[in-house]
Amino acid sequence: MVNKKTNVPFTGTKVQEDMLLNVINEHRGVKGSLISVLQKTQDIYGYLPLEVQKIISENTGIPLEEIYGVTSFYAQFSLNPKGKYTVSCCLGTACYVKGAGKFYEQISNELGISTGECTPDGKFSLEACRCIGACGLAPVMTVNDDIYGRLTSEEVEKILAKY
Amino acid sequence: MKNPFELNELRDSMKSAVALRVNNSAAVTDSADEYTYRSNVLVCGGTGCTSSGSAKLIETLRREIAASGLEKDVKVVPTGCFGLCALGPIMVVYPEGSFYSMVKEEDIAEIVREHLKEGRVVTRLLYQETVKDGVVGDLAHTPFYKKQMRVALRNCGMIDPEDINEYIAMDGYQALAKCLTEYTPERVIEIISASGLRGRGGAGFPTGTKWRLAYNNASEQKYVCCNADEGDPGAFMDRAVLEGDPNVLVEAMAIAGYAIGASQGYVYVRAEYPIAVKRLSIAIQQAREIGLLGSNILGTGFDFELEIRLGAGAFVCGEETALMTSIEGRRGEPRPRPPFPAQKGVFGEPTILNNVETYANVPRIILLGSDWFSSMGTEKSKGTKVFALGGKINHTGLVEVPMGTTLREIIEEIGGGIPKGKKFKAAQTGGPSGGCIPASKMEVPIDYDNLVEIGSMMGSGGLIVMDEDNCMVDIAKFFLEFTVDESCGKCSPCRIGTRRMLEILEKITQGKAELSDLDKLEELCNHVKMNALCGLGQTAPNPVLSTLTYFRDEYLAHIVNRKCPAGVCKALLSYFVRPDRCKGCTMCAKVCPTGAIYGERKSPHTIDQKICIKCGACIDTCKFDSIIRQ
Repeated sequence: MVNKKTNVPFTGTKVQEDMLLNVINEHRGVKGSLISVLQKTQDIYGYLPLEVQKIISENTGIPLEEIYGVTSFYAQFSLNPKGKYTVSCCLGTACYVKGAGKFYEQISNELGISTGECTPDGKFSLEACRCIGACGLAPVMTVNDDIYGRLTSEEVEKILAKY
Repeated sequence: MKNPFELNELRDSMKSAVALRVNNSAAVTDSADEYTYRSNVLVCGGTGCTSSGSAKLIETLRREIAASGLEKDVKVVPTGCFGLCALGPIMVVYPEGSFYSMVKEEDIAEIVREHLKEGRVVTRLLYQETVKDGVVGDLAHTPFYKKQMRVALRNCGMIDPEDINEYIAMDGYQALAKCLTEYTPERVIEIISASGLRGRGGAGFPTGTKWRLAYNNASEQKYVCCNADEGDPGAFMDRAVLEGDPNVLVEAMAIAGYAIGASQGYVYVRAEYPIAVKRLSIAIQQAREIGLLGSNILGTGFDFELEIRLGAGAFVCGEETALMTSIEGRRGEPRPRPPFPAQKGVFGEPTILNNVETYANVPRIILLGSDWFSSMGTEKSKGTKVFALGGKINHTGLVEVPMGTTLREIIEEIGGGIPKGKKFKAAQTGGPSGGCIPASKMEVPIDYDNLVEIGSMMGSGGLIVMDEDNCMVDIAKFFLEFTVDESCGKCSPCRIGTRRMLEILEKITQGKAELSDLDKLEELCNHVKMNALCGLGQTAPNPVLSTLTYFRDEYLAHIVNRKCPAGVCKALLSYFVRPDRCKGCTMCAKVCPTGAIYGERKSPHTIDQKICIKCGACIDTCKFDSIIRQ
């Protein structure tokens, strides 16, 4: 799991912070809701920079190290900003036995990045995921919420060109 | 809803909404009401078919129906999975039961005009297995469905998962009503125990026993949890239930709550299943609105609430103690047992945790009795099991068969065999915790105990088929990469042991291993199996051990001959042009990224082994099968 700290400067706005405080208030008193709060926070900021984790800590009383422990544990949480389009290539078993490894390499080569990284122009980030459950269509890739199945290498090229 | 009578009233009034599908006949005209239509068109809205574009089909279908003035005659129902994902998008028209497969947008107008308006089935677009000599037959008689028995999936592809009324029309919540009004909690547990239901999540622990343990632990607050964190790559049974019949889970968890004395439930679902999460939220919301969740359910004084917790992408959270820690909002690390969850689970209180498919069986067992359930299956494994068929198989999709069905029946008969005339090599069950079953074990009846005996395990039900082009060492390495990636790091046998195992496997696939490495690998496997803290670590060696048992010759070929017989492991491969077949079309030379292929037009080409990076682009491009990999 790649989850290094980022060097990208934090550019959170007041509006985002207000939204975050709302989320924290909504979950006040709900037992064990830290993960839910972090999931909603990531929807607001796109990722979970340390600055934001500090705000959560200050407003919930949960120690920062505990929050950081959670954000760095789960694959869903990103400490790095993501690209406008998140390209995700499924490397689950069904896709893998149908040659998904090759397509992952192809995408990685064409974008010039590997898992967890973002292209310098901020357009694409790449992930390798483990099964989205569309095994009937293997091999599968997704770009944000769009799912593409029964991949071939020409298909992959066309899909990336679309964005 | 204040009492069971109101539930029955609602059920009876909704019967006409599903009558076309259940009775396969339109003979409800005498009791025609606002729910009566001439036709129901069911379109699969599961993840598989949605990915094949079914959402757009539904839109077009509704538009065409409106344009033909058929809104009052035809109802469009988005449903859950029909199982035959390979042929999606799927669309079924009732009362005829016409099964249209691989439907395209441009086909819709014809289906609406011909079938829905004129009543002429468009045979050309039907799933061809249902058509014999021009006559349309019953779907239940096709090879894919013939041997299936749908219990957990009974409503999937039958009802609108976003409408609780359709679930109620199919006798939904009757089991809950029966428990609350006729049975004591003890009696409910007795029925579940007597049915022989075992956990469908993998290990197969008897469900009734689990419930009894939690029942016996007195506490003010207990919890009922559902594991819907279907993390095994290649498994999507639970997703299908959540997407196709979410109410069955709500009902079953309420029954479990009544049985053990819990008033709060949590469903832990993967965030990667957005459609499932949405439909489950709708089901919970609707159940709450009509009083099937909340306080004083059906006027019986029983309170039960349900909350969804989204997983955040950690495979280890499928392990019960880790899942519970994650529900508490912390790092999902497992802890030693005892204490067992039935003693100290979520927030330190007695807790039961069952998997989605396990719950999906519960309401039927209550309604039809434990004898009905235990009449299916084998001696020690009762009922049915859902498998997600994937990999190198013609009918990828979801199947539900009685326990004891053989692998051969599932793969060859139901699954339609291996594509492109290739040879079956192995079937993988149990995901990263399971093993590979070779052709020689195809006739073994599949149940919990037999699978363990042949070195694999039931797991949650992923069944990946591999053919002669898959390298078993590479597959073992694939699973180890997965485990290394997902190991939480808490205990050293798993954290360090699996990494060392992976390193040995990498050496083997690169042709750098010695025979002694195999002994080290086996020793390490046994250490990790014995000493790891949780199920993830204890079962991580299974893919290696089972391939070592059944496919040792492949390991030896990699080590002794420095060859990969299946042609997968790059470092051991070379690409050659067969001069007798090459037509000199130059296609391969054009796609070669390193310019390693040279030759005159119209004469055989050659590959420069020093420059070749073994990417395989040439083999994919060649139309004459003239490039070989060995």
